[in-house]
Amino acid sequence: MADGILVKNLNAWFGEHHVLHNVGIAMAPKAVTALIGPSGCGKSTFIRCLNRMHEVVPGARVAGSVRVEGQNVYTPGVDPVQVRRKIGMVFQKPNPFPTMSIFDNVVVGLRLAGIRERAVLHEAAERALRQAALWDEVKDALGKSGVSLSGGQQQRLCIARALAVEPEVLLMDEPCSALDPIATARIEELILELRSTLTIVIVTHNMQQAARVSEATGFFLLGELVEFGVTRQLFTNPHDKRTEDYITGRFG
Amino acid sequence: MTPGARRAVNVVMSWLAASAAGLVVLPLLLIFAFLLWQGASAVNLDFFVQLPKPVGETGGGMANAIVGTLILVALAAGLGLPLGILGGLYLAESRDPRLPWLARFLADVLNGVPSIVIGIFAYTLIVLPMRRFSALAGGFALAVIMLPIVVRTSEEMVRLVPASLREAALALGIPEWKMLLRVVLPTARAGIITGAMVAIARVAGETAPLLFTAFGNRFWHQGLDQPIAALPLQVFAYAISPYDDWHRQAWAGALALIGLVFVVSLAARAVTSGRFTGVR
Repeated sequence: MADGILVKNLNAWFGEHHVLHNVGIAMAPKAVTALIGPSGCGKSTFIRCLNRMHEVVPGARVAGSVRVEGQNVYTPGVDPVQVRRKIGMVFQKPNPFPTMSIFDNVVVGLRLAGIRERAVLHEAAERALRQAALWDEVKDALGKSGVSLSGGQQQRLCIARALAVEPEVLLMDEPCSALDPIATARIEELILELRSTLTIVIVTHNMQQAARVSEATGFFLLGELVEFGVTRQLFTNPHDKRTEDYITGRFG
Repeated sequence: MTPGARRAVNVVMSWLAASAAGLVVLPLLLIFAFLLWQGASAVNLDFFVQLPKPVGETGGGMANAIVGTLILVALAAGLGLPLGILGGLYLAESRDPRLPWLARFLADVLNGVPSIVIGIFAYTLIVLPMRRFSALAGGFALAVIMLPIVVRTSEEMVRLVPASLREAALALGIPEWKMLLRVVLPTARAGIITGAMVAIARVAGETAPLLFTAFGNRFWHQGLDQPIAALPLQVFAYAISPYDDWHRQAWAGALALIGLVFVVSLAARAVTSGRFTGVR
């Protein structure tokens, strides 16, 4: 049943601007796939197509198929809300809800899906916060504001918030680019722990990070997927000249 | 420029800026002082609990007008706030290129319409068909005056909510309408409440639109379909009367009106300084 994510002929536009060209990729389930490439290469747009967040931007369009665990999320009639419930997302800048406590931030997805029982919410909050390696730091301050935490803690809070609804896939759009090296290391540890339970796709500008956390890596350039393969292979022995140029720092 | 000259310029400019700020609050302080000086003598318990006395008798109070103003403002708020806040939400969120632009423009025009014209509007729309002046008509006129203020401030406040929060909510699988009600509006809450308070303070003191809608009443509130007393109306009526006692009461009424607005503003501040607030 675990099929991972299978993308075929994915094209995306912002208005007239064609930003993704025929991307095809097969990402393994319960593994970490990293996407690298220079700014503006389409990697963020790509992962936003996976949970139908791309179309939230006015004028944005998508064509192609994205199968997540066997189901094409772009089949007409599929509700994007249901798609996003199964595919969690963590953003570049930590974005906890400022009007909510730590606890409320974590359970907001469940609560707005209609779950009211306090016991259930508490259990889910503790589980998600433990998974996000934040429980020990906040267990005595669950009523405090989510934005009172440090940047790294906020990002882990956002990860907990995404995990609380028990998604099958977790998309991470440069989750560490606003964090210091120590907070980054904690998030990376977290990714390594989570990969046994989830399919993770991470966009990163940091090639060392891609090498550290992922099994497979894709290299994007100018809206195309130039190369996709086993991480070690891609970094040590890339097939494509452009990949080699990029990872050796010759451009980008 | 030598360090000494730079410091001197800094001092002069700081003082200029500070005196400009002082000049801004000076009129308010003067009004307050003048009202206290003129009206304090007429402020006593009777003023707050008694009905006006018949012409010729001294004493009595404006209790009915205070209650009337509270009722009128409550009616206006009940009508104007939900409509205005939801309208502002629409203007901020809509992707339609034309309708929001038009609505925004018309709201700005409405904001500039003289309040007496809005009174005439309420008169033709409600008073004439009902064949009677009423609290309802007064509340409606005040609500129309509130609307553009509430719409525009709500819109601005909703716009200030960062897109990242909306994306976070949508990415959690929260439907758009729930995202708006549970994430966007609460985040903009403090600013929206401030805007609502400004609107309430504005209409609480309006006289012109009440002249031929609420009309005024020398007795207690008798139902929403009946003419109703209001502080500004009573102040107006007493101020142009020939009696010294009424003049003093008019001052006291004005003082009560300012006090009312002051209390409402303080209450709003207290509410908005509550726990986690978003944009301000």
